[in-house]
Amino acid sequence: MKKSWLRLIGLSTIVTMLTGCDPLLVLDPKGPQAQVQAKDIMLSIGIMSFIVLIVFVLLAYMLVKFRASKQSPDYKPPHIKGSTKVEIICVGIPVLIVAYLSFISVESNYKVESTPEKYKQEEPLIIYASTSNWKWHFSYPEEDIETVNYLYIPAERPIEFKLYSYGPITSFWIPQLGGQKYAMADMVNTLHLAADLPGEYMGRNANFNGKGFAENTFNVTAVTQDEFADWVKEVKATAEPLTEEKFNTLLEPGHVGQSTYTGTHLTFLPAPEGENGGHQHGTSHTKDHASQQNDH
Amino acid sequence: MEYFERFAIPHPSPAIYASMVAIGLTVIAIIVGLTYFKKWGYLWHEWLTTVDHKRIGIMYLISALLMLFRGGADAIMMRAQMAVPDNTLLDAQHYNEIFTTHGTVMIIFMAMPFIMAFMNYIVPLQIGARDVAFPRLNALSFWLFFMGAMLLNISFVIGGSPDAGWTNYFPLANNEFSQSVGTNYYLFALQISGLGTLITGINMIVTILKMRAPGMTLMKMPMFTWSSLVANVIIVFAFPVLTVALTMGTFDRLFATNFFTTSDGGMDMLWANFFWVWGHPEVYILILPAFGIYSEIISTFSGRNLYGYKSMVGSMVIISFLSFLVWTHHFFTMGQGALTNSIFSITTMAIAVPTGVKIFNWLFTLWKGKIVFTTPMLYSMLFIPTFTIGGVTGVMLGMSAADYQYHNTMFLVAHFHMVIIPGVVFAMLAGLHYYWPKMFGFMLNEKIGKWTAWIIAMSTLLAFMPMFFSGLDGQARRMYTYSASTGFGLWNMLSFIGAIGLTIGFILIVYNVIYSIRYSPRNVGSDPWDARTLEWATPSPVPYYNFAKVPHVISTEALWDAKYRQHDLFPEPYEKIHMPNNSGVPFILGCIFFAWGFSFVFGMWIPTILTTIGIFICMAHRSLEKDPGHYVPVEKVKATESKLRGSQL
Repeated sequence: MKKSWLRLIGLSTIVTMLTGCDPLLVLDPKGPQAQVQAKDIMLSIGIMSFIVLIVFVLLAYMLVKFRASKQSPDYKPPHIKGSTKVEIICVGIPVLIVAYLSFISVESNYKVESTPEKYKQEEPLIIYASTSNWKWHFSYPEEDIETVNYLYIPAERPIEFKLYSYGPITSFWIPQLGGQKYAMADMVNTLHLAADLPGEYMGRNANFNGKGFAENTFNVTAVTQDEFADWVKEVKATAEPLTEEKFNTLLEPGHVGQSTYTGTHLTFLPAPEGENGGHQHGTSHTKDHASQQNDH
Repeated sequence: MEYFERFAIPHPSPAIYASMVAIGLTVIAIIVGLTYFKKWGYLWHEWLTTVDHKRIGIMYLISALLMLFRGGADAIMMRAQMAVPDNTLLDAQHYNEIFTTHGTVMIIFMAMPFIMAFMNYIVPLQIGARDVAFPRLNALSFWLFFMGAMLLNISFVIGGSPDAGWTNYFPLANNEFSQSVGTNYYLFALQISGLGTLITGINMIVTILKMRAPGMTLMKMPMFTWSSLVANVIIVFAFPVLTVALTMGTFDRLFATNFFTTSDGGMDMLWANFFWVWGHPEVYILILPAFGIYSEIISTFSGRNLYGYKSMVGSMVIISFLSFLVWTHHFFTMGQGALTNSIFSITTMAIAVPTGVKIFNWLFTLWKGKIVFTTPMLYSMLFIPTFTIGGVTGVMLGMSAADYQYHNTMFLVAHFHMVIIPGVVFAMLAGLHYYWPKMFGFMLNEKIGKWTAWIIAMSTLLAFMPMFFSGLDGQARRMYTYSASTGFGLWNMLSFIGAIGLTIGFILIVYNVIYSIRYSPRNVGSDPWDARTLEWATPSPVPYYNFAKVPHVISTEALWDAKYRQHDLFPEPYEKIHMPNNSGVPFILGCIFFAWGFSFVFGMWIPTILTTIGIFICMAHRSLEKDPGHYVPVEKVKATESKLRGSQL
């Protein structure tokens, strides 16, 4: 049938465009985790195209061969129950494909859920990334600094993002460094990322969280490890300290620009982990603190 | 909030006042029209009080088509807003309300009643029954669904629409972050219509298990009945979860409990779990009956029996089982660790196997057949390739590591539209053209029908294929705008053009109905497609008692055997037929439920208490009432039959 061929052409265009000159962000990885994911995506596109092709060819064959207009008027189609042989093939091959993809999926999952193999020997940099409507707070506890709406990270060093949220569920996503994970109010999620190269990357919240969602983005700048150390020094020398009052005003809903502080909010408002975790259902002082804030 | 503020009075947007006036005028026009043509009695006796499964099916069908246009209007507004970068057609709040109602309306109030329409109309006919097991409960189901739908639809003029997404994730949907009554509307509209769906689920299961014609064993049921049985079993298992989740959400919003809050021990991911434990099976509740319709159509127009009947049944049972084991793939990114993700990744991809079996069985049903390209067949043939693209991208999404990159992006939006539109909407349109002569006694125009099918299929591809690219390029779903530098402009413009194409397609369907009412020949006979199953053994339109004589069945294709293998389908003599009486109570109870939901939405407690009492009075009335139904005497059956069948007998 004519249309099936059109589809085929369409599909091959997709594949060529995906691998083509102007790469789509996700398929243009700049870090080991995003590389694993891009590889999985391309592999699955390949295998799936094969399946689509089989279905299209079979459909085209049936429609061309068995249409009534090409048959004698007295042809009576037979009664065919089915065939074990055909069904073994129709079940068996998909089972093999799914088994193979499952294997790849599980393996990749463990990879993206841990420190990238490539940078295992490096000490990971820990950054707490929290959201409030509609902004991002990045705390560097070891460096004792905090930024709003932008990230500075060293390249070629693994980074452990600790994600949580003040309010609605958000999702931390830097497409070129690796896939996203949720930031929620009552627990801390860990996301392992790393950048292979210095550069500028787009980051955003990917999970809908109300009116300001579209602009809930942040810039990521990956620099060499020396430049990162310099940047930390400079921030410490020049930035204002982050006071509790200042942080409370930042938590109020709205958009703010980028800003930098010395000190982190973790000292006076710890992340919901360990004894401060929402799942502990405890009565720790921080929780009372948090609920008082919601009352304002 | 101040009392009147909750009703959004005065309202900031003049468009809302315009809508109020339009709704008011429409209501007045309907009332005047009914009075002028003296149709109040007809409406009440023939439709509002009916317990006839066919009439209820038709009312579901009309509601579904209306909601298709409501949800479609939302869709076209969304695509128009996204068509160019930095567009200011809609503001963020508007856009959020529109995509929320688009999703809710399309799934709950368009797709669900569409499948309910066919289940109601076809299943009793296909199994040789005279009605469903509980006809009056069936009427109640419809009115509950309908009132739920109306409740959601008035939200935008009174109080504001829900704006937290159709998934309504807490804590975003909680009072703190969603202050208008919109989410209350969502909770009560879904609760009321969900009750109706659950009742239908029980009703249909009992009907199929207890009311089949003599000789029709389970493995001789036509495929649509099988798919309905499986879908209704899923309904009965899945919908109570929704009921509980909505109740907890309601308590959080209205009675200050803390199930899903951010403090005091609330767990926000609990809502996501509940929602998708219902929500994922819901997808299969929609798609399985659609698969059933395709099976009937493909086999009819291939002139052949369905290939691999047993594996078709088996695959549906496996899908229904797996549908409850995959809900976690909706939040692979929730931080549940590699092990959990791996397990759900595998169960998710496993669904592709039974689904693939069905695709191959349809392909082999074409084999050695005699394929006739009617409109329903054209939809089915367009479904196979389009759905395959949607299906394989589902496998891609099932790979959890890769899903970290697809999650919440336009890639996902493209995937589920590419499965639900070809899977459910094409099937329903195919079914609409296929069963139209049975429902109304004349055919829809074939030429317009085929044009429409092509336009809808091509527009679907144009509207949703670009989203795969914009998703991989980093466009998150539900963004109301984007800057030109992102490069999403081209993809979104293509989608918008596709959306316009879809609009033209759906308008053509209306045109086709109007055209065919005026020009299509009547008296097309009871079996215009040379079909194979029992529903075509009745006259068209079907008399209210369905079958004058009880049919006897020897295979899955009862009518085919009667036509071409000299099987005596109706060996029994005429007998008096027992039928249920009409009742106004289901409609009245539906209206009370509407008032109950509305009072609850605004926290008006006195009306809430009064309507709650009203609900219990209606239930008590039914418990104490003596209504044995009535008998249709043999002479009347004979007279009706000879009138309807004319020379055919």
